Amino acid sequence: MNRNVFLPETLPELLELATHYPDAVLYAGGTDILVQLRAGTIAPPALICLERITALRFIREQKNHLVIGACTRLTDILESSPVAAHLPVLRKAVRVLGSPLIRHTATIGGNICTASPAGDSLPALTILEAVLELHTSEGARRSPLHEFILGPGRTARRPGEILTAIEIPKPAGFNIHHFEKVGQRSALAISIASFAALLHMSDSGVIEDARLAWGSVGPTIVTSKAAENALIGNRLNHDVLTHAAAIARAAVSPIDDIRASALYRRQVSGNLMLRLSDYRHPATTDTRHIL
Amino acid sequence: MEGTTILNIHFTLNGVDTTLEAPADRRVVDILREDMGLTGVKECCGSGECGACTILVDGKARLSCLMLAAQLSKRNVTTIEGISTGNDLHPIQKSFVENGAVQCGFCTPGMVLSTVDLLTRNPAPSSEDIREGLSGNLCRCTGYQMIVEAVRTAAEKLRGDAS
Ligand SMILES: Cc1cc2nc3c(=O)[nH]c(=O)nc-3n(C[C@H](O)[C@H](O)[C@H](O)COP(=O)(O)OP(=O)(O)OC[C@H]3O[C@@H](n4cnc5c(N)ncnc54)[C@H](O)[C@@H]3O)c2cc1C
Ligand code: FES
Ligand code: FES
Repeated sequence: MNRNVFLPETLPELLELATHYPDAVLYAGGTDILVQLRAGTIAPPALICLERITALRFIREQKNHLVIGACTRLTDILESSPVAAHLPVLRKAVRVLGSPLIRHTATIGGNICTASPAGDSLPALTILEAVLELHTSEGARRSPLHEFILGPGRTARRPGEILTAIEIPKPAGFNIHHFEKVGQRSALAISIASFAALLHMSDSGVIEDARLAWGSVGPTIVTSKAAENALIGNRLNHDVLTHAAAIARAAVSPIDDIRASALYRRQVSGNLMLRLSDYRHPATTDTRHIL
Repeated sequence: MEGTTILNIHFTLNGVDTTLEAPADRRVVDILREDMGLTGVKECCGSGECGACTILVDGKARLSCLMLAAQLSKRNVTTIEGISTGNDLHPIQKSFVENGAVQCGFCTPGMVLSTVDLLTRNPAPSSEDIREGLSGNLCRCTGYQMIVEAVRTAAEKLRGDAS
């Protein structure tokens, strides 16, 4: 008990503290860390709180990218018009994360660094091909999200390293942005399975390109080229989706836990694909589903 | 680890400049309830799931069970004790009373403060918006219907007062 809590206001101050106190635990919103602290599953000698570092809280629109500061709160992401315009799949995922009270505090960087298989932003960020910017007092590096997350609660974060920003290419040509999660209730539910999709559907209803990802059904986010290929060149009719869903069920590697069985998770991973039939008529996609 | 862990914290509490000595990692809910005697702040789950411990920090609803003493520094904090003026209840509190939205009352401070936050962002919420806006506040008694109604009428009243 009685550990110190540092409250740096600038990135250089933070980097110095992180170097000086390598055993201190960082927190941004604290919605993961303070729960673990209370439960006694961690007992760090000190804490470093990131909430005052305004330089890590921004949403910047560039020509081909959006750059989101790591300490940007999920509420700010929901209220951002560039995010609504270019990254609806991320917005849909953040909208069902926790509750308004959690989203007022929780950050996007915290959701990434926690590396929970159930992290709701991760399937969307994976198919958006997000790239992370990481800093230490020595310098900076970049890492694609999928290389950074190694397993449940495990990342490639180096000692003293801070996630500073997430760079997300504006996804060109994808006119369907889809996200759905299955939990035990509608608010405040940790995902049992989640599914994010970016689709490019032609005017005649043929899928030209597809990116798909599942959360909570493997140690990290699951992607499947085979399931994507089962959609490309086809329409979102019953036969195509049933076939792709079977491929998805084979691709995932879920476990049993207190929330659901592996069997249920595998089944539902495929079922979540069937929802794409909602988009089968191209005329309805623009107004109903993109934004 | 070097450095003192007892902090001298300056912040504003219910409109009053406040200085407090507290361990840096003491939870804000404990400071408010136990050190300041503001027992309108409730604790139930202690882990972000129920909203009983909701307070306003710089006008935004925050969970005081997931906030440490150090984070109070320079903030403007409002608890349920600070939203009424004198003996006059806040319009949202009045609406909760009038609509029978209070039974045991344990969730009520959190519900009212989350409503303040919701109506600041969205002065004319639909029933759906209200349910979504209060989805982080759990009530074990009312079944929510009366709470939604209370928020809807409070919003109407506040819009009327503003125009
Ligand atoms: C009631 C409740 C409901 C929840 N519901 C959901 C849900 O539906 N979906 C979901 O995905 N999550 C959920 N969560 C988990 C949590 O809210 C999210 O993971 C959130 O995004 C974490 O953000 P944070 O800023 O609060 O993280 P913190 O707790 O501050 O940090 C999380 C981890 O990231 C590290 N970290 C944070 N920022 C940085 C940084 N900039 N650089 C390096 N490391 C960093 C910390 O050291 C820590 O290991 C819920 C939590 C609670 C308490
Ligand atoms: S006591 Fe803080 S959310 Fe339940
Ligand atoms: S009135 Fe009893 S918990 Fe809501």
